[in-house]
Amino acid sequence: MNIISFLAPASEVCRRTGPNDRIVLSSRVRLARNLKGIPFPGHGKRQDRVKSFELLMPPVSRLEAMAPDPFAESMDKLAANEKQILVERHLISREHSAKSTGSGVVLNRDQAFCVMVNEEDHLRMQALRVGLQLKQAWLAIDSIDTALQEQVEFSFHEQYGFLTACPTNLGTGIRVSAMLHLPGLVLSEQINQIIQAVSKLGLAVRGLYGEGTEALGNIFQVSNQQTLGEGESEIVERLNKVVLQVIEHEENARITQLEKKPKVVFNQIGRAYGILAHAHTISSKEAMNLLSLLRLGVDLNLFAGTSKALVDELFLVSQPAHLQLGQPEKLDAEHRDMVRAEMLRERMRQIPAPDPSNVSVRPD
Amino acid sequence: MQCQVCKKAQAKVHYTQIHENQVKKVDLCEACAKEKGINDPAAFALADLVLGLGAPQKLEESATAVGTELVCRNCGFTQADFKKTGRLGCSECYLTFAEGLEALLKGMHKGVQHKGKVPPEIQKILDIDARLGRLDVELKAAVAREDFETAARLRDEIKQTKLASGETVPQSAPAK
Repeated sequence: MNIISFLAPASEVCRRTGPNDRIVLSSRVRLARNLKGIPFPGHGKRQDRVKSFELLMPPVSRLEAMAPDPFAESMDKLAANEKQILVERHLISREHSAKSTGSGVVLNRDQAFCVMVNEEDHLRMQALRVGLQLKQAWLAIDSIDTALQEQVEFSFHEQYGFLTACPTNLGTGIRVSAMLHLPGLVLSEQINQIIQAVSKLGLAVRGLYGEGTEALGNIFQVSNQQTLGEGESEIVERLNKVVLQVIEHEENARITQLEKKPKVVFNQIGRAYGILAHAHTISSKEAMNLLSLLRLGVDLNLFAGTSKALVDELFLVSQPAHLQLGQPEKLDAEHRDMVRAEMLRERMRQIPAPDPSNVSVRPD
Repeated sequence: MQCQVCKKAQAKVHYTQIHENQVKKVDLCEACAKEKGINDPAAFALADLVLGLGAPQKLEESATAVGTELVCRNCGFTQADFKKTGRLGCSECYLTFAEGLEALLKGMHKGVQHKGKVPPEIQKILDIDARLGRLDVELKAAVAREDFETAARLRDEIKQTKLASGETVPQSAPAK
């Protein structure tokens, strides 16, 4: 089956809503597991990877949570652009998109569950939810893990817990993360303080595509770093508390910025609107940063009748692989920037010019 | 000053690392420094905390040593591989490199004892162990207060629990 026709369209994905989705774009819980007796994917030989692939793909695809009609495919059957689409949807990691024979991906219909086979570990299973739903995501992936453990035996050590390729994932193998949109904290230059405070709590703050990536579009991922010596529920609860606090700081930053420097805020949003609506060439980085301001404008009620969903969709379809879809030839970077600008100019016609007279800090 | 690794050449590279408020000082000769990847601080910290200066002797006992280098018996993973990738080769590596790993894990995690989810078959054993432990305490208490009726009941219960869990219960020795 074609992955592109399997995936929900960008417009549909972005219409989904969840608690606190003004600031929390998504919640995700990932578990790392390995099979007994087979070397980890990074060190194993090709035949080891093929073996673990063949042992894992059938039981994962048959999981009740994956029904009906999951998408299950070997990475070598996916084209480069298709893999990149999955990265842009945050369904697989950038590392996994470089994999080929012996690695695989399994997705369910609404893409709430995604399993990577033979990424860094034999299994990386994740549950995704819109908005702040860390606990729900944990419960969902926990039940998948339990169901799977009835069929396959994972590598487990009484002291070290579930054994993983990297010692940083040892024990629970859990990574709990929330993707946050924090333009208020960036504009008010408080973001570094927040990042430092969060880091001191043993949590990591990363960019849009995870480890080692830039915080494009004022989007930050907050996740746990410690996986051993603490239970899963405690980790989830701790992260949840921290995220709630960050939300509060972000809301306060927006209020303060509007009170103290309304012109600065309106100026930034207005300029973002102007460029997005009229540019003839625009890089994905610039587009993401401007769309972040547009999203802030929607949150502040400057764009009557415009939904967050539209802005989020523009954010997603501005990404390189999504832009490439439907293009007859492979776009080079220069050409892609022009196609992106054209698409944005066209879609921005649905959005009225910003009107500061309607401003409201909490329109929800 | 002597190099702490080869213990022959003069130490010329002095490396101080502050990690989790602990100061670690290492003095190395140029050759050993290069070999340990001192130019790459991240690789140095990780690999040597795990495999290096902390506890090399015991490590060598638990693994096949090729020259001075540790090798995992199950997958052939080496110290150098770990230094290069920051990852281990297989589940067995955790036992092979266990000695040095402990220090690394202490700095990295909240504790070094897993407190999360456990595979179902192990959970079953843990539950039974916990139950047997509780029954044993009650049995001793009953015996101490000479409540033999309760003690007999508890003894039967312990026997039943062990039987149900598949553990073989020693038969009473045949009368001579």
